[in-house]
Amino acid sequence: MSSLAGFWQRGGRTRIVTNAGGLDPLACGTAVRAVLARANLPEMKVAVVTGDDVLAWVRTHAADCRNLETDASLDTVLPRLVTANAYLESAPIVAALQAGAHIVITGRVADPSLTVGPARAHFGWGAEDYDRLAGATVAGHLLECGTQSCGGFSTDWLDLAGTHDIGFPVAEIAADGSFVLTKPAGTGGAVTIQTVKEQLLYEIGDPGAYLSPDVTVSFLGLQLSTDGEDRVRVTGAAGRPPPESYKVSATYRHGFKAHGMLTIYGAQAVEKARRAGHGVLQRLTGAGCVYRETLVECLGTGASAGGLGQRVPESDLIETVLRISVAADTEEPVRRFTRAVAPLVTSGPQGVTGYATGRPKVLPVFGYWPCLVSRAAAQPQWSFA
Amino acid sequence: MRTLHAIAFARSGDKGSSANVAVFARTPAAYAWLQAHLTAAKVEAYFRPLGVGPVRRYEVPNLGALNFVLPGILAGGGSCSLRIDAQGKTLGQALLAMPVSLPPELLSSLHPTP
Repeated sequence: MSSLAGFWQRGGRTRIVTNAGGLDPLACGTAVRAVLARANLPEMKVAVVTGDDVLAWVRTHAADCRNLETDASLDTVLPRLVTANAYLESAPIVAALQAGAHIVITGRVADPSLTVGPARAHFGWGAEDYDRLAGATVAGHLLECGTQSCGGFSTDWLDLAGTHDIGFPVAEIAADGSFVLTKPAGTGGAVTIQTVKEQLLYEIGDPGAYLSPDVTVSFLGLQLSTDGEDRVRVTGAAGRPPPESYKVSATYRHGFKAHGMLTIYGAQAVEKARRAGHGVLQRLTGAGCVYRETLVECLGTGASAGGLGQRVPESDLIETVLRISVAADTEEPVRRFTRAVAPLVTSGPQGVTGYATGRPKVLPVFGYWPCLVSRAAAQPQWSFA
Repeated sequence: MRTLHAIAFARSGDKGSSANVAVFARTPAAYAWLQAHLTAAKVEAYFRPLGVGPVRRYEVPNLGALNFVLPGILAGGGSCSLRIDAQGKTLGQALLAMPVSLPPELLSSLHPTP
């Protein structure tokens, strides 16, 4: 926010809508107000959207909050529940912008709703203008992941110019909900039909029913066309009413984990790495450590994808990165693991190296609990900070 | 033997413990080939080493794409998975590395001789 102060002091009028509030959007709003006060911009209005925190409701309706992946009842993790936040819709953002907010800070809001909100506030669309909401939702989906619509993370990344400075995407939305996706002049990467296609299906389930709290969108009628250099026009989004429930992302404490890495170089590097990795685990479990899960990966062998796509026989590799991981319900066995990797430098095979980054860290594990709740569980609202 | 890379590009991402991989044909002829040959069963068998559940395939002809939803492939995903790729970032590249036998006319249509 400090980096934008100069822009606004010079008369910049761009407004900001962001789900930067994390678990405490009100505190974020207060912090932003303080920055604006220091920058002598007290006239800028900061709004905060709240109501996404449904932890209390979820605690009292645990049996109804079945895990969308496993169908388990939330009762099983209730004592360890940490957070529960509903993906809110665009309505409170629309209200805040129409009341004159320059900056809108939200907690959990569906990512595309951050784009639908300003479009609705600008064009005056209603909550049932489903095709228009669908268009803006598709635009929001394309904007939500950094530079990924502009060639970031793309298959043909090596063919792009300026990959050191890929531009962030910009959506020019029209009154009918269609839009042109582009990027700022002078930035690297590209906006092409190919880069836009890739991002359209990023993290998508059924392309005929993309669910958001504003609208259910079908991507099956989308048409992409080139509209000049680094400009792709997207039309044909079709919308229908949104799901009756809110999607909630809840988290619960799920023990601890750690990962340790060492490089093994030389003849039979992978064989040596495997034996060294399993040896560390053998020693720890022999000493009484109990882990619910362990993993030894030899990077360079295709291990990142379970060995799929491997091109070189393991015996031909001159080096591998050994990655050892453990998880346990309690902290102590994980803490002991973090001290058991470095000794491989002196007890492992010749050619062990790469231990410059120090001991592995004990990390808390937070389990993910996606579930649905009634719309009555959340009270989306906004206020000026 | 070629790989899918010759006729397609891809994008993968995570949803909890599951992931999706979208495969995009580089030409209409390539889409017809993918539609006929890259079945859900074939993709499921290919990703079995990663513990994938029943794979569902969605056709997106307007984008020349097939979207595969891969349940349970991330061994817990997010914060829970111990794997180096807990978010399915590699799965697009992994699927493009699938060996396939492609008809010569499909390959020549992709790289027309001048």
